[in-house]
Amino acid sequence: MRFIDVMHFASGSLRGSRSRTLLMILAMSIGVAAVVVLTGLGEGARRYVVNQFSSLGTNLVIVLPGRTETAGVGPGMLLGQIPRELSLDDAQELLRSRAIARIAPLTIGSSQLSQGALNREVVVLGSTAELLPVRHMKMAQGQFLPAGDIHDSASVCVLGSKIKTELFGKNQAVGEWVRLGERRFRVIGVMASQGESMGFNTDEIVTIPVASAHMLFNTSGLFRILIEAKSRDTIEAAKRDAEAIIVRRHHGEQDVTVITQDAVLATFDRILSALTFAVGGIAAISLSVAGILIMNVMLIAVSQRVKEIGLLKALGAPALQIRALFFAEAVLLSTIGCIVGLVIGEAGVLLIAKLYPSLPVVAPWWAVLAAIGTSLGTGISFSVWPARRAARLDPVTALAGR
Amino acid sequence: MIDLQKICRSFMVGDQRVSALQDIDLHIAAGDYVSIMGPSGSGKSTLLNLIGLLDRPSSGIYKLDGGDVTALDDAQQARVRSEKIGFVFQSFHLVPRLTAAMNIELPMILAGVPPAERKQRVADLVANYGLEDRADHRPDQLSGGQRQRVAIARATSMHPAVLLADEPTGNLDQTTGKEVIDLLEVLLEQKVTLIMVTHDPALGARAQRQLHMVDGRMTDE
Repeated sequence: MRFIDVMHFASGSLRGSRSRTLLMILAMSIGVAAVVVLTGLGEGARRYVVNQFSSLGTNLVIVLPGRTETAGVGPGMLLGQIPRELSLDDAQELLRSRAIARIAPLTIGSSQLSQGALNREVVVLGSTAELLPVRHMKMAQGQFLPAGDIHDSASVCVLGSKIKTELFGKNQAVGEWVRLGERRFRVIGVMASQGESMGFNTDEIVTIPVASAHMLFNTSGLFRILIEAKSRDTIEAAKRDAEAIIVRRHHGEQDVTVITQDAVLATFDRILSALTFAVGGIAAISLSVAGILIMNVMLIAVSQRVKEIGLLKALGAPALQIRALFFAEAVLLSTIGCIVGLVIGEAGVLLIAKLYPSLPVVAPWWAVLAAIGTSLGTGISFSVWPARRAARLDPVTALAGR
Repeated sequence: MIDLQKICRSFMVGDQRVSALQDIDLHIAAGDYVSIMGPSGSGKSTLLNLIGLLDRPSSGIYKLDGGDVTALDDAQQARVRSEKIGFVFQSFHLVPRLTAAMNIELPMILAGVPPAERKQRVADLVANYGLEDRADHRPDQLSGGQRQRVAIARATSMHPAVLLADEPTGNLDQTTGKEVIDLLEVLLEQKVTLIMVTHDPALGARAQRQLHMVDGRMTDE
C-alpha cells in the first residue's frame, strides 16, 4: 500500500466521524496552546525583570556602606549608625582602578521643595554629572548636573518630569528658581519621564550636586556608589578593585558591601526560568491527558469499526497494514491538533502582549518544540495499543461484527 | 487448484470442544462451479472461511495451486488472499463512508496498484456492472442489488482465481438475487473458480458440483 494512500484512507476515516475528530483535535490543541501561553507568560516575566535591571544601567557594581552578610538591611542601618561612612574621596579614589569606567556617588534624603506658593515634600538625590550615563537616564529639557569638581556645591537642580509639571505646569522651568529647604536652586534641566524602575520613581525626584546635598542634609556620607565597569568581562575585576581600594582607605577594615547587578540578575533569572519550566510542565500534563483521550477514542473507534477491519483483512490487508492505517489516523489527529494548538497559543500570546504591552510575552523556542514533541509523542505512543488491537482481530469474528 | 486433505476444525465453547469440520477431503479444479449446501450450523461457512484463508484448520493440509498454505504466516496468507481470492458476502460488507467507486478500488489500494491503473480498472468495472450513474453514491444510497454488484466488482478487481460467495442472495429478493447469480456465473467464462454457500436448493442446483454438509461432514456429492 502506498504511503499517500495510507494517509488518504486515514484522513477519510477521520472525516467519516467528524464530531469525534473535532473533539480530539480540540483536546490536543488546548494542551498545546496551554504550554505555549503559560511558558510565554513565564518567559515574559523573566524578560520583564531582566529589562528592568538593565534599565538601571549596564555592567553595574554597587558599593554600600556597612558589612551585611545577607542581602537584608543590617541593624546598624536601621539605627542610623554606619560603621564608617563612605566619603566623596572614597568614591573618587575608585577611579584609579583600570576596570572602572565611571562612578556616580549617591546621597539621598527628603526635603521641602517650594516655588512661589506651591510646595511639596520631595526625595532629593545628590550625585554628579556621571549619574546620567551610568543610570541610562535621559533629559527632556536643559542639561544635567555640570561636570567638574566633586566638592563644588553649585546651587543648581534637575527636576523629575512629574515635579516639573506640578510646579510649573506647561510653563518653562529651566532658568527658574526653586527653594529646597533653606536654599535657593536654579533649575537647569528637566528629566524625561521614565516611569518606575525597580520601585524607584525617577519622575518624582530632584537631583542636585552631591556636595550641595551634603550641605542641605548636613552629612558627609554617601548612600551608595554606583560603579560602571568598562565591560562585561571586567565586572568581577571592578568589584575586587572597589573592595580593595575602600579597604585600604578604611585602614584595612572591610566595612562596605559590594554587589554586582549581574549576581542579582542571575538569581532572578534562575528563579523565573525554574518557574517557567514548572508552569510548562503542568501544561504538559494536560497534553498527556489529551494523549490518553486519543487512546480511549481510538479504542472505541476500533470496536466500532470491527466489521471494516474484518473486511480489510478479507481483502488482503496484512496485520501490519491495518496497524499502519490506525497509526496514521493518530498521527494525523495529533499533527492537526498540534498545529491548531500552536496557532491558538501564539494568538493567545499576541493577545496578552496587546493587553499588557509592558510584559514581553514570547513563548520560548524550547517550549514550542516541547509542545510539538509531547503532543505528537503522546498521540502516537497512545495509539500503538489500539492499532495493535485492531491488527490482531480475528477476521472471521470481525466480519460477523462480534 | 484447491486440495483439502483430512481437514478438521474445532472450537472451544466454554470448556467443551465442538467440531465444526471433521475429516474433510475435497478437491476442486480450476474453473469449477461448486455449491455447498446444508442446514445452518453444518459447517459450510467455516469451510468457506478456511478455503478463503480467513481461518486456519485445527489439523489437516490445505494446498492451493499446489502449495501448502496452512504453513504460511499471516502476512503471506494476506498476500495470497489479495492476489488469488475474492469474497462476496451475504451482507455486502461495503465501507459506508466510501463511494461505490472507492469501495471497488479498495483491494487495489491495499495491494499498492498504481493510481492510474486503479482508475482505469475501476472505470471498466463500473461500466461492466452497470453502475455508471451510481459510482459516486455511498452504499446507503444504493439498492440491495446495486450494493451486491459493487461487492462483486470489488471482489473481481484483483482478478482472483477463486471467488467465494457466502449466501450472496441471502439479503436480496428473488429477482435481484437471480441477477446477482447471473453476474457471478458470467465470471466462470473467465476461468474463475466459483464456490458458493447457500441453503437455497434451487440456487445450489445450478452448480456443476453440489456438496452437501451435515454436522461438519461431507455427506455426498
